[in-house]
Amino acid sequence: MATSDIQVAEHALQHHFADMEQQRETSTFGMWMFLLTEIMFFGGLFCVYLVYRAAYYTAFVEGSQKMNIWLGATNTAVLICSSLTMALGVRAAQMAKPKLMIALLLITILFGLGFLGIKGIEYHEHWVNHEFPGPNFHFVTGDPEHPATDAQHTEIYFSLYWAMTGLHALHMIIGVGLVLWIVLAGMRGAFTPHYYNPVENVGLYWHFVDLVWIYLFPLLYLISKKHGG
Amino acid sequence: MENNQQHDESVVGHIAPASMYVSIWAVLMAFTAITVFAATIELHVFNIVVALLIATIKGTLVVLFFMHLRYSPKLTMVTVVASIFFLFILFGLTMTDYLSRGWLTSAGH
Amino acid sequence: MATAVQTVERENYLNANYGIKSWLLTTDHKRIAMLYLISITAMFWIGGFFAMMIRLELLTPAGDLVSSDTYNKLFTMHGIVMVFFFLIPSVPAVLGNFLIPLMVGAKDLAFPRVNLLSWYLYMAGGITALTAMVTGGVDTGWTFYTPFSTTYSNTHVIGAAVGIFIAGFSSILTGLNFIITIHRMRAPGMTWRRLPLFCWSNYAAALIMVLGTPVIAITLLLVAFERAFHIGVFNPQLGGDPLLFQHLFWFYSHPAVYIMILPGMGVISEIVTCFSRKRVFGYEFVALASIAIAVLGFLVWAHHMFVAGISVYAALVFSLLSYLVAIPSAVKVFNWTATMYKGSIRYNTPMLYAFGFIGLFTVGGLTGVFLASLGIDVHVTDTYFVVAHFHYVMVGGMVMAYMAGLHFWWPKMTGRMYPEGWAKLSALLVFVGFNTTFFPQFILGYMGSPRRYHAYPPEFQVLNVLSTAGSSILAVGYVLPMIYFLWSLRYGEPAPPNPWNAVGLEWMTSSPPPTHNFDETPVVTWEAYDYENQPQEEVTIGH
Repeated sequence: MATSDIQVAEHALQHHFADMEQQRETSTFGMWMFLLTEIMFFGGLFCVYLVYRAAYYTAFVEGSQKMNIWLGATNTAVLICSSLTMALGVRAAQMAKPKLMIALLLITILFGLGFLGIKGIEYHEHWVNHEFPGPNFHFVTGDPEHPATDAQHTEIYFSLYWAMTGLHALHMIIGVGLVLWIVLAGMRGAFTPHYYNPVENVGLYWHFVDLVWIYLFPLLYLISKKHGG
Repeated sequence: MENNQQHDESVVGHIAPASMYVSIWAVLMAFTAITVFAATIELHVFNIVVALLIATIKGTLVVLFFMHLRYSPKLTMVTVVASIFFLFILFGLTMTDYLSRGWLTSAGH
Repeated sequence: MATAVQTVERENYLNANYGIKSWLLTTDHKRIAMLYLISITAMFWIGGFFAMMIRLELLTPAGDLVSSDTYNKLFTMHGIVMVFFFLIPSVPAVLGNFLIPLMVGAKDLAFPRVNLLSWYLYMAGGITALTAMVTGGVDTGWTFYTPFSTTYSNTHVIGAAVGIFIAGFSSILTGLNFIITIHRMRAPGMTWRRLPLFCWSNYAAALIMVLGTPVIAITLLLVAFERAFHIGVFNPQLGGDPLLFQHLFWFYSHPAVYIMILPGMGVISEIVTCFSRKRVFGYEFVALASIAIAVLGFLVWAHHMFVAGISVYAALVFSLLSYLVAIPSAVKVFNWTATMYKGSIRYNTPMLYAFGFIGLFTVGGLTGVFLASLGIDVHVTDTYFVVAHFHYVMVGGMVMAYMAGLHFWWPKMTGRMYPEGWAKLSALLVFVGFNTTFFPQFILGYMGSPRRYHAYPPEFQVLNVLSTAGSSILAVGYVLPMIYFLWSLRYGEPAPPNPWNAVGLEWMTSSPPPTHNFDETPVVTWEAYDYENQPQEEVTIGH
């Protein structure tokens, strides 16, 4: 069994690398570099958020009241669980347990789809309440005790909500696709303890997407004490 | 079979025990509950401080342990720190404009 | 031809496989560099066409050649093509891709397939942007200022923005590849302090590529969303701030000018040392200056916004930082000059272009320092003074460096020498034509002639005519190399491995190199630019 593991690894060694260790370190460094670009990509949106939250705080408070804090918190929990199963899946690949790896990664996919499903429910809710920016945008607090004091600028809050969570959801969809690719490759026996960097790298991507949500959740949902649930 | 593969760390990489991942998971879940709870208390300007602090603790745990930064070469850490540094340049220098716009009280601006 | 020991008939990366598929599906960094060479050259001529139209219009004070709307499209498209599709990729994608693996002693870049992907992304982005231009054009200026670009313009803004977005990914992938290759793929003995300065410069430029490009990517995406879906983050009618767009845009676009110039500076470092037959003066300072330019370049962006409405206090901060960023560039100019002092100078074409670069980049750089001063900037911003400033650094600097590099490494890349006499003539024409075109623009701007106007008061006509006349000389200076480089592919003298007697790993393999670069992995035991110990005869390893 040991021989075939190394054979799999040798087959996967690309010609311009001296050895597997160089290939592994290089490809992981490459993924981290890519994640750096993703940080700057999302970072632009966070900068826009920062500027407008400072300028229109009341509008941001009012807009965030319309977020469903329980769905958001559940989604946060779902993503954290998916990160656990992803990390354990990478570990299973390191420990030469391909079947366990595949099972854990499939559960990760399920968590990911669960996240997207809950997000879809939220999006639907916001859509029918005219909370999508554009000509049909119409903000009403729905709470007679707290009429809107800055309804006009809530359109900016919602623009940011849709842009930031939408971009995040797109990255989730890509992530699910990547994990599926790893599952399929794993079913063909592509990974061994000597060659599992694709699994590790997809794991890094997945954790990064989780990390972005860890910031999005408080910034969009928990801006201020919720009045009226 | 498992012996000579598992402990060849230069090739296989560091393998952490499963219990470590589960512990980190538990801490992350706990902090999620704490941050939701903290949002129900009126702390005025400290709401955002607490929320970001908790998010940063959670993020640090994810990066260090789930993403294996703790066991990675120093260059990886440099990459992470560099990205945070330049992000703060973007935020900070942009805000020098927005925060100081109201300072001139003469007819100038 | 038969007496040459190395001939182009020996197996090399060009003749290793035949057929279009072997080129379009290649992962060889050298072939990808050639693919980029062809597409970037095409983009240069497209951008040049728009420039020609601009200069023709400006021959007369009245706006009589094209309407003002069309003129807006012309300068916009000239800017977009030249900045995003020519200058930013030029040296990295052509020379960097070809040379960096050779210079560090590797068989290829770290991620060869990602390299090929980056070329396809460049093509996709280019075709998208050109389609937008051909089907109606864009008139917002290459700077896409809001709310004109998001709300009021009636042109193909989204198409152009998407094209630039896609090309941005190409740039990011190239930068990522360079950084990782230089960190992880150096041959034994190739320490950081022995790296050619060309690698240091491209490394610094790559840092900017990966850190800055994502920000303009998201910004242009927001512009496209605002235009398509009315998600209004920049729309003042909804409380948005147009200046926020400018902050985000210039956060990338200022460092972008350093993406453009740093690789060119790397080329100049290689050429000055070779044609002075002397080690670079202050190697560590030049290397660190590249990194300093990359880092400081991120701190100065709002000097493009001094009169846009930012706070005076922020403007003061950015003005001070802008002065600082001139320092590392000056260090490089001093060090190149000191390298030449008491050197044994040869006046081959690459060195002529290098001389041109050093002089013209200095002029452009100094006028940049004028612009960093708030008091002066208030008067000359949005005039031809600014136009002249950036053309001095970009064309007098960067394009000259690109030409220098093409000439210097042409024998290595193609196995042929270019005709030296014609090349020297072209360099002279470029220098004369360039200065005749752009020096009058400093004066025009100082006298108040605004940029982006298709008509101007009659008293500015003489200088404008002089400028247009210069541009026709410049154009000839660029057409000639097109002709003789193509000629040389068939009729040029076959090149030896090291026609310039230069020091560097790329000169220790055949011209052109074999697909795998080196037959045996080189082991480096000499310092960078070890010209004192360079033997007179050529040295070859492997092929």
